[in-house]
Amino acid sequence: MVATPVPTAETTAPRTPAVRRGRRRRRRLETRDIIVLSVVVGLTVIIDLALIWGTSIASIFLSFTAYEGIGTPRYVGTTNYHNLFTIDPTFWPAFEHNVLWLAFLGLVATPLGLLMAVLLDRQLRFSRFYQSSLYLPVTLSFAVVGFLVQLVGSADQGVINAILGRTHGNGIDFIGNPHLNIWLALAFAGWRHTGYVMIIYLAGLKSVDPALKEAAIVDGASPVQTFFRVVFPTMRPINVIILVITVIEALRAFDLVYVINGGRNGLELLAVMVVDNIIGEASRIGYGSAVAVILLILTTGFVITYLTQILRREESR
Amino acid sequence: MTTVATDASSTDGRPATRPGRQVPVHKHRTRPARMVLHAFLWFMAILWILPIFLLLYASLRPYAETQKDGYFSLPHKLNLDYYSQAWTGGSMGRHFLNTLYVAIPGVIITLFLASFLAFALTRVKIPFRRTLLVLFTAGNLLPPQIIVTPLYTLYYNVHLPTWLSSSGSVYDTYFGVILIHVAFQTGFCVFVLYNYMLTIPIELTEASIVDGASVWRQYWQVILPVIRPALGALATLEFTWIYNDFLWALVLMTTGDKYPITTSLNNLKQSLYINNNLLAAAAMIVALPSLVVFFALQKQFISGLTLGASKG
Repeated sequence: MVATPVPTAETTAPRTPAVRRGRRRRRRLETRDIIVLSVVVGLTVIIDLALIWGTSIASIFLSFTAYEGIGTPRYVGTTNYHNLFTIDPTFWPAFEHNVLWLAFLGLVATPLGLLMAVLLDRQLRFSRFYQSSLYLPVTLSFAVVGFLVQLVGSADQGVINAILGRTHGNGIDFIGNPHLNIWLALAFAGWRHTGYVMIIYLAGLKSVDPALKEAAIVDGASPVQTFFRVVFPTMRPINVIILVITVIEALRAFDLVYVINGGRNGLELLAVMVVDNIIGEASRIGYGSAVAVILLILTTGFVITYLTQILRREESR
Repeated sequence: MTTVATDASSTDGRPATRPGRQVPVHKHRTRPARMVLHAFLWFMAILWILPIFLLLYASLRPYAETQKDGYFSLPHKLNLDYYSQAWTGGSMGRHFLNTLYVAIPGVIITLFLASFLAFALTRVKIPFRRTLLVLFTAGNLLPPQIIVTPLYTLYYNVHLPTWLSSSGSVYDTYFGVILIHVAFQTGFCVFVLYNYMLTIPIELTEASIVDGASVWRQYWQVILPVIRPALGALATLEFTWIYNDFLWALVLMTTGDKYPITTSLNNLKQSLYINNNLLAAAAMIVALPSLVVFFALQKQFISGLTLGASKG
């Protein structure tokens, strides 16, 4: 770089805008630069705006219409919402299952992942093996996990029944029983979520300044106190990320139950209702959109929390 | 290699302080506690591996045998019969190929667009930087089900000439599935690469600007080689995610023969529902690329995940 002789026209170029625009010390963009930037950045922004944001907003509009996918949408006011809340027998069970899903991930799987990260964040024999085992399910798809649920829970050949010694026609149907299947699905959703949380917290714990922990221990704090009063609060950015990931995972839960039994009979979820209204017997675009809007409302608060954090950090930069 | 800030604190901070202060205390007092800890960790590790192990074990055994003795019995016969049966019975070769049609362009386009945008955000100071960053980061956080219904409607109604799409619209084309993967995944990658590029010294591009390099040359010859580790990590992660995707193809395609492998599992379940062991073999085949990522690319996968998080 240094050896390259710099043409005189270019040497003055960085200075001219600096004089003209004060703090700008960059080279003025040439026409070809502006073309490249507009085309590539423009294309990326258009794809994102149209397919993610455009469709999100379209969801809201469509939710106030009756639309079967052909013809034009017909405005029906809040009828779709009214029907959802009062008539549709699957809505409230689905809603409750999503809440249960969130509670299970948030109160069981996430704390377990954090606990495992804390236990494994030190020089320990077999630490790599422990970490890898917990992380194993994270690379698997939920569709494959759905097959696992089948293998573990089926009435006549399932693993749980084999453990319980119920192998000769008296097996418990963990898949078919609408009060049991949700718990089996949750156990496997948590199985995958725990490893995910552990990985992110392991990285988070490494970024905590060890001097902080030292200081707390010198001050006579127990390891538990040190963790909850010092380490955990300093990981606030990570905690927010984990919170958002947990909420999104709970609301988008779909593949697992869909592979098990199509998301029926005790495994109803909001995301399944959305899909069933598209590819079910009748495509009811407006009605499915109303369910999607409820998902959107449930998500918004958490996403805003996360974005506030990013913006605050950007400002401090 | 990837998380500059975290690596520094863990390598020069921790080992220096740990042995001096804590090890002697632990040696005397907490031996039994250590044993309890290891017992607990072994229990967890085995519990976590067990389902996959059972899947593998079941897939290798004849159904008649497990039916008689149960899944926890010792094997009399182990073979790969169910694997070949699942492979041909489920036309899995074709579905794997379908996955590649989606995943390869999907990953390449996503990484190209995301890295260029991150470059433009950090180096060129394009207008609306903060708005763009929020737009892309937030877009990635929405549950896909929020947008799937209008997307389906959109794809169904955007017409393509029949030489491009047999359905006459974007619906039921690989193009449509690739496009939504790109749109959805670009958000995450922009966020990760944006943070990664902030850690690269500004002098690097500054020097090339003095040389009169165009924006494209700064991106292609200066930035791309430097961010290669992050791109490797993201490529691993994105490939896994696109490979694992079940929803998009299910809703945006209708021809079962065109389904990528993960989506085709739902149909395989019906066509292979002869016995659980055959299904287990099919699931193992589908899980195989995930397991390759797990064993061979663990470092890339994890750093891809934590790159986004630890810089947050």
